[in-house]
Amino acid sequence: MGISDRKKLAENLAFWTFRMLSFSVIALLFTILGFILYNGLSVISWDFITKMPEDGMTKGGIYPAIIGTLCLIGGSIIVAFPIGIMSGIYINEYTKKGFFRNFIQLMTANLSGIPSIVFGLFGMSLFVNQLGFGDSILAGSLTLGLLVLPIVIRTTEESLKAIDNSFRYASLALGASKLQTIARVTLPMALPNIITGLILSIGRVSGETAPILFTVAAYFLPKLPTSVFDQVMALPYHLYVISTSGTNITESRAMAYGTAVVLILIVLILNLVASALRKYLINKHKIN
Amino acid sequence: MFVKKYLNKIIEGLLLISSTVTTITVLLIVFFLFREGSSLFNEVPIEGENIILLNSSNKVDHLSVENIKDIFDQKITHWNELGGKNDSIILFSLNNFKSYFSEEELGANYEHLSYKIDSLIQVNPAIIAVISKNYYTNNKNSKIIPINKISLSDFIFGKGWFPTSNPAIQVGALPLILGTLMVSLLAILIALPIGLATAIYMAEVANSKMRNVLKPVIELLAGIPSVVYGFFGLIVIVPAIQSWFGLPVGETALAGSLILAIMALPTIITVSEDAIRNTPRSVKEASLALGATRWQTIVRVTLPYSLSGISAAAILGIGRAIGETMAVLMVTGNAAVIPTSIFEPVRTIPATIAAELGEAPHGGIHYKALFGLGCVLFIITLVINLWVEAISRKRRYK
Repeated sequence: MGISDRKKLAENLAFWTFRMLSFSVIALLFTILGFILYNGLSVISWDFITKMPEDGMTKGGIYPAIIGTLCLIGGSIIVAFPIGIMSGIYINEYTKKGFFRNFIQLMTANLSGIPSIVFGLFGMSLFVNQLGFGDSILAGSLTLGLLVLPIVIRTTEESLKAIDNSFRYASLALGASKLQTIARVTLPMALPNIITGLILSIGRVSGETAPILFTVAAYFLPKLPTSVFDQVMALPYHLYVISTSGTNITESRAMAYGTAVVLILIVLILNLVASALRKYLINKHKIN
Repeated sequence: MFVKKYLNKIIEGLLLISSTVTTITVLLIVFFLFREGSSLFNEVPIEGENIILLNSSNKVDHLSVENIKDIFDQKITHWNELGGKNDSIILFSLNNFKSYFSEEELGANYEHLSYKIDSLIQVNPAIIAVISKNYYTNNKNSKIIPINKISLSDFIFGKGWFPTSNPAIQVGALPLILGTLMVSLLAILIALPIGLATAIYMAEVANSKMRNVLKPVIELLAGIPSVVYGFFGLIVIVPAIQSWFGLPVGETALAGSLILAIMALPTIITVSEDAIRNTPRSVKEASLALGATRWQTIVRVTLPYSLSGISAAAILGIGRAIGETMAVLMVTGNAAVIPTSIFEPVRTIPATIAAELGEAPHGGIHYKALFGLGCVLFIITLVINLWVEAISRKRRYK
């Protein structure tokens, strides 16, 4: 066997190993998804989605948890999206390379690295106790909103950065002000990418448990919220409760599978929508 | 025109303010976390407003918090174990005073209680009494055992986490810190080879079709909520570990590490793929032109070139693993002891906060200790973030 044969063999062996390991990552995802969907899809029914939990959360549905999670998604969108998008615009369009931009980017990176349980502690200390909101949708939404804020900022920043400067110069050369250029040219062009990122950040909000443990989540509350100062049940916390500390863990197992399926379906659908949108927009731009 | 100019200024002002929100949030987190956390060090580790009294003839003058806990847990039963006389220790606390005194003796409003306690201590040289400060009368029959406030080293290096024990509270975070590090490092050891291989495959080997399959797969892995990972771990991985290794319980450090490894994969893959892809084409082509195979080019050129990015990926992965709460809480069994084996239950810092904060009375030692843990976690992740930022900044200017 010649040297080049041996080199070729080593290369094939290495590449084959890499391929197998990559496939194992794919297999891992499908195992987890498949296992939960296989065991849980049969639990999903109209009643499961629209009924209150019954019999110590072993029967009935998860309606209040779904509504609670929707409230938290809505609340954190209101908190994070406007501030995040405006912040992203300012960082990319107004600041120059230098200390100020570096500092803000560093702080944003730091914020995104803070563990979610620390957000929970912070939210409890500031919103629940200091400001006196109590365990409420308001406190939970503010905590979750601050948690996803760095994601929204970075998405906006990256999307704006991807737009060629020639568009900005063209607009400015036509006599438009800087703000007009942003509102009429830069932002509309970046919007599709921004929206894709925002959709994915909604997935993050819907699945977070640690930040809502001490700011909003209720163990068992079979009624719907009437104001932002009410507690709610939430899907991820509900799954945690009925799979670890419910009154009857084995009997509520089916409910747990069902809740996990709903959580996974939310993430799956959001990802599909985001990637479909991305594909559609890429194609659209190619034709243009 | 004037109004418009004004409006522009306002909008630009709003944009500027928005950009400072993250900085303000970080500062607020630091303030609130450390305000509650640092107040732990003003506390004496004794439950309530209590003091510890001994008979003044007792030779023992100092007791550590561990000693007091052992005495009341009846692990230490004789004073000679602590350097005193060979007397069996008599425990007295306000929980059991009714077995010593009758209602009549104490009076309707317990007005004679202080006096009674005093005489009880006087006649029992081997007594240790835990009483409220209010019932203490200063005299020669008894002496107060001085207890120091909780110090930083008690907290960081203390080996016992017993935040609810009575009368002596221990808030040693060492078992939790070690548990967190062990579970996270093992997770990265498992995830790094797989993640790196996948990253190399995606960046250098796979065709665009395979890449288009792998990319959404990794995005989905990153998108699955941690509580769902925890649920999967609880139902699949925990029983599997229990039966494979023949363990009494499957909720072990290993189960936590496996789940964390899966959860760290997306971070490791995306960051290191990015680093590998940033290797300049010219460098790789130079290697290929010299007759190196693609594999040799990857090992000798691409990987060394992207090493700092790959290390950033590993560090970032560790950071994510250290901060992960729910999945770990659900599968590691949560025993607050210093870990000795990966087949035993452990408890991490985030899991402790999540499990205990709900039951800790607001403003108590336990509550403050949990915020202290939050500070430890915050500092660890901040160091990791700054480290990663420094690495990637160096790369950018290279």
